[in-house]
Formats: sequence, C-alpha cells, structure tokens
Amino acid sequence: MKKDYSRRDFLKLSTTASAGLMIGVVLPYKERLLSAGFVAEVFEPNVWVSIRPDNTILITAAKSEMGQHIRTSLPMIVAEELEADWSQVEVAQADAHPDKYGSQGTGGSGSIRRSFNRLRKAGAAAREMLIQAAADKWNVLPATCRAENGTIIHQVSGRTLTYGQLAQLAAKLPAPEDPPLKDPKDFKLIGRSLSGLDTPSRVNGTAQFGIDVQQPNMVYATVLRCPTFGGNVKSFNPKEANKVSGVLEVFQIDEGIAVVGKNTWSVIKAQRVLEVDWDPGDFANWDSKRIEDMMEEKGSGKALIARNDGTTSTFIDGEDRLIEVQYKVPFTSHATMEPMNCVAHVRNGSCEIWAPTQLPQRVQSTAAEALGLDPENVDVHVTMLGGGFGRRLFTDYILDAIQISKRMNKPVKLIWTREDDMHHDFYRPTSIHKLSGILSKQNKVKSWIHRVIAPSISGQLFPEKFQDGKLDHSAVNGATNLPYAIPNVLVDYVMTNTKVPVGWWRSVYNSQNAFANEGFIDEMSYAAGVDPYKFRIQLLAGAPRHLGVIKLTAEKAGWGKKMDKGQGMGIAVHESFGSWVAHVAEVSVGENGKLTIDKIVTAVDCGLVVNPDGVKAQMESSIVYGLTSILKGEITIEKGAVVQSNFHEFKLLQIDEMPVVEVHIVPSAEPPGGAGEPGLPPVAPAVTNAIFAATGKRIRRLPIRPEDLG
Amino acid sequence: MPRFTLHINGKKHRIIADADTPLLWILRDELGYTGTKFGCGRGFCGACTIHLDGEAIRSCMTAVEYVEDRRITTIEGLSENNSHSVQKAWLAEEVPQCGYCQSGQIMAAAALLKRNPNPDDATINSAMRMNLCRCGTYDRIRKAIHRAAEDQG
Repeated sequence: MKKDYSRRDFLKLSTTASAGLMIGVVLPYKERLLSAGFVAEVFEPNVWVSIRPDNTILITAAKSEMGQHIRTSLPMIVAEELEADWSQVEVAQADAHPDKYGSQGTGGSGSIRRSFNRLRKAGAAAREMLIQAAADKWNVLPATCRAENGTIIHQVSGRTLTYGQLAQLAAKLPAPEDPPLKDPKDFKLIGRSLSGLDTPSRVNGTAQFGIDVQQPNMVYATVLRCPTFGGNVKSFNPKEANKVSGVLEVFQIDEGIAVVGKNTWSVIKAQRVLEVDWDPGDFANWDSKRIEDMMEEKGSGKALIARNDGTTSTFIDGEDRLIEVQYKVPFTSHATMEPMNCVAHVRNGSCEIWAPTQLPQRVQSTAAEALGLDPENVDVHVTMLGGGFGRRLFTDYILDAIQISKRMNKPVKLIWTREDDMHHDFYRPTSIHKLSGILSKQNKVKSWIHRVIAPSISGQLFPEKFQDGKLDHSAVNGATNLPYAIPNVLVDYVMTNTKVPVGWWRSVYNSQNAFANEGFIDEMSYAAGVDPYKFRIQLLAGAPRHLGVIKLTAEKAGWGKKMDKGQGMGIAVHESFGSWVAHVAEVSVGENGKLTIDKIVTAVDCGLVVNPDGVKAQMESSIVYGLTSILKGEITIEKGAVVQSNFHEFKLLQIDEMPVVEVHIVPSAEPPGGAGEPGLPPVAPAVTNAIFAATGKRIRRLPIRPEDLG
Repeated sequence: MPRFTLHINGKKHRIIADADTPLLWILRDELGYTGTKFGCGRGFCGACTIHLDGEAIRSCMTAVEYVEDRRITTIEGLSENNSHSVQKAWLAEEVPQCGYCQSGQIMAAAALLKRNPNPDDATINSAMRMNLCRCGTYDRIRKAIHRAAEDQG
C-alpha cells in the first residue's frame, strides 16, 4: 500500500468503510486505517485526537448529540489547546466502550463541565508532542518553537511544519503526563460562537438519527405494551395482524406483543388491529385524582428531613404572620420529536446496536446481560438523537429491539409509534409542595418550611435502597439550596411512589422545586409589601452569583417600568447544574383571561463559556420547554393508564406563542457550569409571578388553566 | 400489490406497495429518502412535511395512490449543496438544535416563501404553527425566514 496519503485517499477509504457498513462490519477509525495500511502516518496521542498526514484532525466526541451541539463544543476545547486550524477539524462519534472515554453518559448538563479539563489536557499533550517532533527534526530546543493554527513555527528561523507533516514523527514520541495548559486569556476558539459542525447535515436531511439507520435484510417491528402500568398479557390473537400484508411474525416478548414486518407501515397497521387480552392488574383502579389524594394524605404524615437550619418549630410571636400555601405540579412527558427506536442485530455470540441513546455504556452492559454476552462482543454505535431531555437515559426500547432481533435472527429496526412513546414514557414526577413561612412585624422572613411530596425516581428504580427510610436527595434538588438568608429553614420530603414510571426530565426535580421556591418567595414579598426584586436582593447578600444574574436581568428588562393594564412582569432566579439563571417574564392577560407571554429576558452565569451562541440556544430551548410544561403539557392518568396519546392531546408550544427572548451572559472566568438545563427551572415562577403582577391572581397549580385567569 | 410511478426530486421511481401506504414510509423505507421524518403519524407535528406539486403537505397522511405522476420534492431535493435560500438562512441563523423537525420546518418555510416572498410575522405564524419543534428553535426559524425572504429579494 502506498505511503503518500492524501485527503482524497481518505475519502475513498471512508467510502470503502461505508461499504463495510453495508455488510455489517464497522471497524473503528484506527482499525480501518490499519487494514488499509495507512496507520503509521496517523498521529493518535490519545483517544480524543487523531491527526492525519493531510492535516485534517479528527476529534472524538464521547457524549451524545441531542441538540446541545456538544459535537462542536467538545472538539473546540481540544482544538483550543492543540492550536488547531478549526477549518481542518472533523468530529467522530465514539462507540460505547466500558472505560476508554470515561463516562459517556450524557445528562446533568455535564458534557462540558465534566470533560473540560480532560479534553484540554488531551489537546495540550498532542500540541507538546508536535512541538517536540518539530524541535527534533530541526535539532533545536522545543522552547524556541510554538504551535499556531495547525503548524509548528521555529521562532528564530521562521521555519514551519504542518501538523500533518509532523504526524509520523510525533507518533513515535511518548505522551507527556501533565502538559502545560494555555492561559485562558490566550483562548482563540473558546468563547467564540462557532457554527455547529453538524449544522449543514441538519438542514439537508443527511444527519443520521437512530430511526434512519438501514441494514441489509433488515425487518421492522413495533411493540404493543399494556396501556395500564403494571399490567400483563393474558392472551393475544394474531389473526387480524397476520392478515396485514407485509407482516412476518407476531409474538410475545417481555414487555408486550411484537409485530414484525417487511416495512414500517405494515407493522403500524398490524399493531392497530392486533387483539390482546390484557390483565391490567391492580393499578387499573388508579387515576390522577386518587394519586393526588394519596399524596395529600401521605404528605401530612412522616417526612424525611433534608435541611434543617435554626428552629422552625418555635417561632410564632404575637405579631408574626404565618403564610401557608400549597403548590402542585403534574406528571409530564419528554415527547422527543424522534420517537423511541433502535436498530439491533443479534448474531451468534455477538450483537450490534445502533441507537439514539444518552447512555451508550448502559446500553452495552444491558444488552450484554440480556444476551449472556461479554460487553466486548456488543458493539453500540451512537447515532444523532432527535431530542433526549432525559428520556434516552432509559434502555427499555433497546431491550425490545434485541429480543426481536434474536428471535428473527436478522437485523431489526424497532420503532415506537407516537402513541407508544407517549403512553410509555418515564414521566417527570408529579409533586405537591407544602410551604409555610413567617414574616415578623418588621417584615423580615423568620422561617421557611418546604415539604416536597413526590414520587422518587431512584426509589422506583432501586426500591431496596430506600426501604429503611433513606432520603432520596435528588428529590429535594432545588429545594434544599434555597439561597435566601433566612435564619430558620426546614426542607423535608415524603416519597409517594405509584406504578406510573418516573424519570429524569430536563432539570429533574429542579423544575418542580424552583416553581415552589420562587413562587413562594414572591408571595412573601407581596405580603411584606416590598417589591419582589428588591425583596430578593435583600436576602441574597451572601449569594453573589444569584445576585449577579438577578441584577443583570432586572436591569436589561427594565424592571419596574410602567406596564399597561393587564400586563405584568415577574422575576425568578435559580441555581442548578453549576449555573445560575434569572428570568424576567412579561405577560399580558386579556379581559377574557387570554394569556400571552410577551417577552422573557434571561441572564445566565455558567462560568467560562465555550460557545456563547450554544449557551444562548440552550436558554431559548429551556424557555420553550418550560413554557410548554406550564401552559400545556400535562400527563393525566385514568384507569391506571396515560390519557394523552399524541400531539393533539399533549400539546407543545407553537411558533405563534413564542415570546421574544433576550439572553445575556455574565462574563466569568469560573469553571464551566451546565447549560442544557439550568434555564428551565426559573421559567415557571417568572411567568406565574408576572401573572400575579398583571392580575393579582396567584397561580399555584400547573399547568395554568383558562379558569385560573378568567 | 399495485405498482406506482413516483416523480421524486426529478427522478422517476417505480415501486410496488399497498395503495394505502403513506408516502412517508415509501420515501423512508423503500427509497432511502430518510431526511423526511416520522414524528406523530397523524399529521399533528409536521416533521414529515414535503412538497407535492410545490405545496407543503404531510407525507404521513398522504397515501401513495394519490401522488402518482405528481411532482414530489423532499429535503434531499431542495438543493444540491445547501444552496436554497431557506437552507442558507437556516445555516446563518444557526437554527437547528437536535435537527429532527428541521427538514419539515425548512420544507414548510420554502413553500411559504414561494407563495409569499415577503411574509410578515403573522403570516409566518399561521404558515408554520403546525410544525412543532421540541427544542424550541421558533425564534430562530422566524428570523431565518425573514433572512431568506431578503436574500430572495
């Protein structure tokens, strides 16, 4: 094989490798090059960086891309330290590997903040090795060389070598363990709003989502599950389903009845006529009302203490005022635009999976366990995700696909219909928040009690861990970190699990707890007769980053400006996932109770920002996701099953309801915080506080209903 | 099973399919035009929007028997190299997040601009309101449509 290796050759090779895909063999990048005899020229100092002789740089992203543009921002971090020419950077998606990349889990707004230092070091190590290689070649001291824009420059002579030219030499050098990192003031890429590397493929239909994966001889499948949670198949009659042309087989798997056919339409049609006799089980006697009643009842009993400052039990003085209220938040659905799906091919002794997943390593271990294989014999390719928001941290749809592929002995594309997706989500837990506070005669907040009553995600997944009264700390996230200077604070929690599956939904329990916190502090401010913004400021003296965002957003929104009749402004601030966000919402409520969200002004402090436009997009996104959840999205239960089946019943915010959004980023040199979720929690209270300012009507129950405003 | 001749993106395709098969699944499963997406299967979300004789339609609700010998355009046929004014505007405004709904959004916007080369916000709202985006890119979509209108000038 020739050694003079050009970009054109690589493209040819890529094409050959794609053809390899068609016969079901996918080799990782390095193995592909090895098999083609190119490997010596490629410089791979670590698992993240691969520099080719043609100067292109392949940077591996080991987190899942679901719209947060990490396949751009993670390579930016590596390329920054590497002093790469950004136009030569390409991104590769890591397959699942138990430990090669650390955690590949994508959640908790953690992609940047948990990879930042590691990726900087990876880029810096590569840079140092390239400098050393050039110095060796020129026989000069490394200190006289510098890296810039994909080349090493000898400062004295002005000689240059490109990274591609140095790749072969650098590949022979040892990697430094602790390479020097750049001074952030010298950053050239970090801090710039670079365009997404995946954006072109997202505007011409070529981006490959899980649902787009094709394999030779592939069959298609759906699975019908019992609508009632906890129910089972009593019996089924495949006769009508089998009559649908294209249907190949109908059979039972763990979670329901699988229909397999030659194309998607055949299995969707057959699923509609499939006759199943379900044993609905005892949850069929439950509905939303009964769940709420149970939560109310349990909520007045014993609770587990999560935070206890001071003495909240002995505070009432003669002229103190006690304020007691209750906030309620419903179940809601992730409703990713791409329904759950997975392509799996179970072979004799191995398995290959293509999946839109937030947890590739869990997919690998779950499939290995289910099939009795070693994880190394389970290849998991991570596709683009058509939204994640926490839903794709679960592996239920993966297990469907591998069971069906095993039985059919063929690659299978499993697709959930929208109805399957909406009926079988892991819903954001419903919750009740009992709040009470004491205002002294001087209008000082003396005490704050917040009882969170909600199903526990961890408690449902790992019930054994919580049998002996252990607190689920996650469920009080966003409640215990109340930032206000109040001498007596009590936060406690009552677990109220049912058979409704619950899961991590964008910002998790912060979405409910921030609504309660920031709604109630607003109520206290009005009770004290103090402007809600000033009231918060007074209590945030010891919380500089809360103060930073709340002051910035108030200033930008023109807090206190005169509003017309029926209009109002509301403010809210919350810290989550290492970032601080404050919103000011402007709303109008018409005579008929018609609510319009006119504008949201946002300030975010997420530490050092890698891609400002990416942060801005995540704030816009969190605002829309949050608005849907407070204006529309509600999941209700009847006869133990979810009522809503599709987007006519579970409505999403539409373009004509989109407020003007203005995002301001607080400049910061602090370590990076999260961006995907922190914008969401303060949306609900900013809006409901604005409604109060506009109408005097206090919204304590979501979603907001027309009768609340009429 | 009946045979159909389809004209997609300037190419002729002969297929055999049940007459009630939605065009969406012919495009995706049979012909490999996977840029057109399945979102709801009931015409509520717009992820499957394509052009039929230049008009935006929901391919998940359009049976193959109704589209024979009509002009079908999918996202893959909008331009060769992202050069359609709507695609250029989408790139410039950095519209997509996850991108799943964007083929449908772009096809709806392209059809709108053909009908009305200079739409105001109210016109954009009424043309685009049935194209859902869970990532919340609406503000950028609106800006991009205005930009594309200017570009077409």
